Amino acid sequence: MIAALSTLLLCQLIGEIVARGLNLPVPGPVLGMLLLFVVLVFRGGPDDDLQTTSQGLLQHLSLLFVPAGTGIMVHLHRVADEWPALLASLLISTLATLVVTALVMKLCQRQATGEVR
Amino acid sequence: MTPPLAELWVYLSTSPLLGLTLTLFAYQGAFWLYRRSGMNPLANPVLIAVTFLVALLTLTGTSYQTYFDGAQFVHFLLGPATVALAIPLYTQMRRVRAMLWPVAAGLLAGSLTAALSAIAIARLLGASLPTQLSLAPKSVTTPIAMGVAERIGGIPSLTAVLVITTGILGAVSARWVFDHLQVRDPAIRGFAIGVASHGIGTARAFQVSEQSGAFAALAMGLNGALTALLLPALVGWL
Repeated sequence: MIAALSTLLLCQLIGEIVARGLNLPVPGPVLGMLLLFVVLVFRGGPDDDLQTTSQGLLQHLSLLFVPAGTGIMVHLHRVADEWPALLASLLISTLATLVVTALVMKLCQRQATGEVR
Repeated sequence: MTPPLAELWVYLSTSPLLGLTLTLFAYQGAFWLYRRSGMNPLANPVLIAVTFLVALLTLTGTSYQTYFDGAQFVHFLLGPATVALAIPLYTQMRRVRAMLWPVAAGLLAGSLTAALSAIAIARLLGASLPTQLSLAPKSVTTPIAMGVAERIGGIPSLTAVLVITTGILGAVSARWVFDHLQVRDPAIRGFAIGVASHGIGTARAFQVSEQSGAFAALAMGLNGALTALLLPALVGWL
């Protein structure tokens, strides 16, 4: 677990350094993710330790959102002022994203399987 | 002399221990309720835990800053968890290669829809510019969204809240949307929920099926990377 955590943190650290050093618009952890992905491709996959540790982290992903979510109490005044626009935007945009993504994928897949026939 | 109970409260309210313990207990309680409801999407564990914590902090007059001093240890793990997304990405590479076109097209269409429709609707309804910009990265996972919001002139902590609300809305409504559209492929269902509602949608997808979860994780990672690259450039044109 310690080795796996070290790998994850090292990737994040390199990602942060590169992102800040080159003034890239991409956040450090995302670069870290890309870096780890490249490492995995070269190494032919994660070892058991990395597999188990990441599974543990990702299994409880919802928990990690709780502290940031509780931050809504700081923004209650802004939310109270602009809530109709915020709620409409979040709700319609989220539904539209679900619909557009699913339908575009379904359409592409149907075309792909159509070609095979 | 201060009574012992008040003294104890003074100690606890200044130590990070209380915020950290509260977060873990609130989440476990919320997850227990979610299980008891038969994993009903309306009983989303993040929603329940956040509602409980906000009520508790408000009632006890505790500031968010004090709470966050403890909860930051949980929050910090979002970074390594984002890096860890490389593993499901790698594991699903073969399946993804077979679905390369649907995945690429769905990602681009979904990512643009998520950012542009959020800005357009908020602008139409008269939201302020910082609010619009805070809404733009709402469909990507919190650490990326906060980073992007900071870049483009939004308010990172407001974005965090909007991201989580988006995640809950997507997790709650996805099954209903897909059933109405007659989308049955677990890969497509997972991918769409991952694009629209990041980690909270992914957590939901993993509870439904392994394959949906893996595709949701893939979508969350790809949409995070794409949004981080595209949105700063797009906002320049708006």
